[in-house]
Amino acid sequence: MDQIISIKPLLAVLVSLLVIPMLISSSDKPNVREGWTFAAGIIKFLIICSMLPLVLQGKEIVLTLFKVAPGVSIAFKVDGLGMLFALVASSLWIITSMYSIGYMRTLKEHSQTRFVSFFALAISATIGAAFSANLLTLYLFYEILSLATYPLVTHHQDEKSKIAGRRYLTFILGTSVAFVLPAMLYCYHVTGTLDFSTAGIFLPGQMSKPALTVLLLMFVFGFAKAGIMPFHSWLPAAMVAPTPVSALLHAVAVVKVGVFSIIRVITGIFGVDLLAEFNLGIIVATIAAITILVSSCIALSQDELKRRLAFSTISQLSYIIFGVALLTPMGLMGGVIHIVMHAFGKITLFFCAGAIYVATGKKYISQMKGLGKKMPITFVAFFIGALGVIGLPPSGGFFSKWYLLIGTLQSEYKILMAVLLVSSFLNAFYFLPIIYQGFFSKPDEEQPYTKVQEAPMMCVVPLVITAIISVLLFFFPGIFVNLIKLSLGI
Amino acid sequence: MNTNYPALLVIAPLLAALICSLFSWSAKKLCYPTALLGLSISFFSAYKVLIQVLSTGTIQYRMAGWAPPMGIEYRIDLLNSFVLLLITGIALINLVASYQSIQQETKEKANAFYSIYLLFVTGLIGVTATGDLFNLYVLLEITSLTSYAQIAMGDKDRSPLASLNYVFIGVIGASFYLLGVGYIYIMTGSLNMLDVATLLPALHGSSAVLIAFIFCFLGIWIKMALFPLHIWLPNAYTYAPTAVSRVIAPLMTKVMVYVMIRLMVTVFGFEYIFEKLHLAEAVVWIATIAILAGAIMAIAQKDLKKMLTYIIVCEIGYMVGGAWLGNELGMTGAILHIINDALMTFALFLAVGNMVYKLKNVQYSNLQGLFGKMPWTMAGFVLAAFSIIGIPPTCGFFSKWYLILGAFDAGAYHFAIALIISSLLCAVLFFKVFEISFFNSGHDKIEMSEAPVSMLIPLGLVSILLIITGIYSDKIVNTIILPFLQ
Repeated sequence: MDQIISIKPLLAVLVSLLVIPMLISSSDKPNVREGWTFAAGIIKFLIICSMLPLVLQGKEIVLTLFKVAPGVSIAFKVDGLGMLFALVASSLWIITSMYSIGYMRTLKEHSQTRFVSFFALAISATIGAAFSANLLTLYLFYEILSLATYPLVTHHQDEKSKIAGRRYLTFILGTSVAFVLPAMLYCYHVTGTLDFSTAGIFLPGQMSKPALTVLLLMFVFGFAKAGIMPFHSWLPAAMVAPTPVSALLHAVAVVKVGVFSIIRVITGIFGVDLLAEFNLGIIVATIAAITILVSSCIALSQDELKRRLAFSTISQLSYIIFGVALLTPMGLMGGVIHIVMHAFGKITLFFCAGAIYVATGKKYISQMKGLGKKMPITFVAFFIGALGVIGLPPSGGFFSKWYLLIGTLQSEYKILMAVLLVSSFLNAFYFLPIIYQGFFSKPDEEQPYTKVQEAPMMCVVPLVITAIISVLLFFFPGIFVNLIKLSLGI
Repeated sequence: MNTNYPALLVIAPLLAALICSLFSWSAKKLCYPTALLGLSISFFSAYKVLIQVLSTGTIQYRMAGWAPPMGIEYRIDLLNSFVLLLITGIALINLVASYQSIQQETKEKANAFYSIYLLFVTGLIGVTATGDLFNLYVLLEITSLTSYAQIAMGDKDRSPLASLNYVFIGVIGASFYLLGVGYIYIMTGSLNMLDVATLLPALHGSSAVLIAFIFCFLGIWIKMALFPLHIWLPNAYTYAPTAVSRVIAPLMTKVMVYVMIRLMVTVFGFEYIFEKLHLAEAVVWIATIAILAGAIMAIAQKDLKKMLTYIIVCEIGYMVGGAWLGNELGMTGAILHIINDALMTFALFLAVGNMVYKLKNVQYSNLQGLFGKMPWTMAGFVLAAFSIIGIPPTCGFFSKWYLILGAFDAGAYHFAIALIISSLLCAVLFFKVFEISFFNSGHDKIEMSEAPVSMLIPLGLVSILLIITGIYSDKIVNTIILPFLQ
C-alpha cells in the first residue's frame, strides 16, 4: 500500500493541544476563549478533511515521531479506520463546543476555562488514538485520554463526583495498566513488533490457542472504555459530569476509543484470519452479546434519563464489538459503521437530555410527561436520535443493523441473529415510551410547565444539526462505507 | 586542563566546602555564591567528562599520578559519567531551588549547612567516580556522615532521633562493606576494581570470596534501604530539612544502586554472580517483596513526604530486581531507572518542598484545595506522579517497559506482576492526594499563594526533563547503557 510521509497527522493532534495556553490566557474573556476553541476545532477538522482524498485513494499517511525500542516507535498512520473515527470525533467537537456554551453558561457552571482546556486535551488524545500506527502509541493516547477526562467527570467537585471519579479511574486506568500493559509487552516480547497490520503480528504457530485466548481477553477487558461487562459500571457513574462531557466523551470519544482499540487489536494485532483459524471470535462475540442483552434490560429500569442513555451506550458499544468479533466481512462493516451511526444518534440524545435539564431542571423520565408539547424541537430530535440507535429508517443506524444482520448470517453461528432482533426490541422499549409520554401524556398536576420553553439557541441548534446529520447518513453513507472497505480490505 | 576535568569534578565542591566554612565566620554573604560556584564548576566538569567519554571512551585518572594498584584511580566510563552528570545537575538545581527554604528552615545554621551540603555532594561524586574499592568506602562514609548531620538539622523534635537511627544502621552497613572489601584484599592483595576483577576468576570457588561478596552486598543493601533493611529511611528522609531530603532522596539510594551494579558488572562479573552463585532467584524474590511492601506501606501513610519515602523503598525493588534478573533487558531497565527514578523522585520532592515552604506541614488533611492555590507546583507534582505510575510518555514508563520485558525474558513472572501491581498501587496513592487537593476546595481558610519563582522554575525544568528523558530513552539505552554492558 502506498505510504505518504506527512506532518498532518501530528498537526491534527497538536492543534487542540496548542490552543490550551490561549484558552487559559483568555480565561477572563469567555467570548475570546470560545473563539479560540472554535478556531482550533475548525482547523483540526480541515486538516483531517485535507487528508481524506488521499486516504480514499487507498493511500496511507504516516509519520514516525521517535523510536522507543527496537521495532517500536511513537508513530502515526492514517488509514480508513482511523480517518473514519477522526472525522466523527473532530466534527462533533465543533458542534459540542457550541452546545457547551449554551449549556455551561445557562447553568452558570464554575471553572469553565478548566473545562474547555481539558476538553481540548481529551480531543487531542482521541485524534492521537485514531491515528496511532501501533499499539504502544494507541496505549499512550488511551492513557492520556483517561487522565484528561478525570477533571471533566469530576467537574462539580462535590462528594458525588468524587466517588464517580474514583470509580471512573479504577475501571479505565486500572484495567489498562493491569491487563493491556502486560498483554502488550507480552506481544512485543514474542514478536518484537507492535505495528498494526491486517495480517496480524504473530507468525503461524507462534502462539498456542490458550495463550492467544488469554491475550485476547486481556485486551478486550483491558480496554474497559469499551464498556464490556463486567467492566462497564464506570460509564453510568461518569454521568455526573456536565452533559457536554457525557455527550461527546461518553457517547463518542472516550467510549469509542475503547471500542476502536479493541477493533485495532482484533484486526491489526491478531488479524482476522488467525482469530478465525482458532475460532476465537465467538468468545468475544458471546461476551458482547451478553453485554448487549443485560445492559438493554438494565436500561429499561432506569428512570434517570442520562443513566438510561448510559446503559444504552454500553449495549450499543457491544454491538460494535459483536459485529467485529463475528469476523465476517459484513459483520466487520456493520460493527465499524456503527461507530459513526451510533455517534450521531447518541450525541443527539444526550444533547436533548441536557437541553431538557437546562430548560426545566428535570433529570427523571417520569417527570417529563407532556414536555414534548413545550419543547417540540428537542423531542423530535430525540425521536430521530432514538431511531438511529434502534436502527430504523430513515436514520443512519439502519445500515449498521442491516450489515450486522447480514454479518450474523455469514457466520457459522446464525443463532446470534436472535441477539440482534431481541435487543432491537429492547431498544425500542426503552426509548419510545419517553417520546410517547412526552407528547401524549398529561403532565402531573403539581408540575405545570407554564413557564417552560425550548432551551437556549446554543443548545437547540447543535441537537438539530446532529439529528439532521443522523438522517443524512441514511441517504449518504458512502464515504464511511468506502473508508471501511479500504482499511479492512472487504 | 582538558585532562583534569575528572579531578576538578571532585575538587571544586571540596574546595568550595572548605571556603564556605571559612566564610561562615567572616563573610557570611559569600557562602551561597561560593557553593553555587563550586557546584557549577563541578557540573560543567561532569558535562565535559561525559563528552570526552562519549568520544574517546573510558577515562582513567590517577590521583597525583600514582599508578594502580597502589595509587587511587578514578575510572569514568559511560555509566558513571552519566550518573555524575545526574548528581552534579541535581545538586546544583536543588541548591538554586532550595535557597529560600534553607533560609527559612535552618536560619542561622544556613552557612554551615552549605559546607556540609558541598561535602555531601563531593562524597557522592567520589563514590561514583572512583575505581578503587577502599576509596569508595572512605567517600561513602563522607557522604553518610554529612547526611547524618544534614538530616539532624531538620525538624527540632524528631530529626535528631531519625538521624541517630540512621547513624546506627548506616554504620552497620558501612562495616559490612568494609569487611567485604577486607576479605577481597586478603584474597587478591588489591583494591583496584579492575585489578580485582582480573584476579577474582581464579578464586571463584573460594568461600572467602563468597563471604566477601555477601558482606559487600549486604552493606550496600543496607545503605540503599532494600526491604527489609529499609527501616532507617522513612523517618530520616521525612524529618530532614527540605533542601536535604530533596537531594538525598533522589541521589543517595540511586548512587548505592549504581555501586551495586558497578560491583556486579565490573568487579565480580556476571559469570560469577549468575552461574557460580545461585542467589539471583532469591534476590529477585526479595525485590518483588520490596516493591509490594514499599507500595503497601506507602498507602498506609497520612503524610505526603513520608508517603514518598516509602515509594523510594518500592522503587529500590525495581532496580535491584532488574539488575538481578540476569539478562540484558533487566539490567538495561535497572540502569535506565537509576536515571529516571532520580529525576522523578527529585521532581516529587521539589514539588513537596514547595508545599512545605508554604504549608509547613504536608499532612494529607492540609492539602485541601491545593490545585487552586499552587497550580504550577501541582502541575509538576502531577507529572512526576504520572511518571512514577508509569504513564507514557513520561520516563517512568520506559524503564518499566525494559524491566517487564526483562522479567518475561527471565521467566520471572512474579516480578512482572509486582511491577504492574505497584503501578496500580501508586495510581491509588497519588490519586488519593489529587482527590484531597482537588475536592473540598471551599473548606479551609488559610490564605496562601504559589511558591516563589526561584522554586518553581527548577520544578518546571525537571518536570519537562521527565518527558524529554522519556522520549529519548531509546537514545540513552543505545548510546550509554548497551555499549556499557557489552
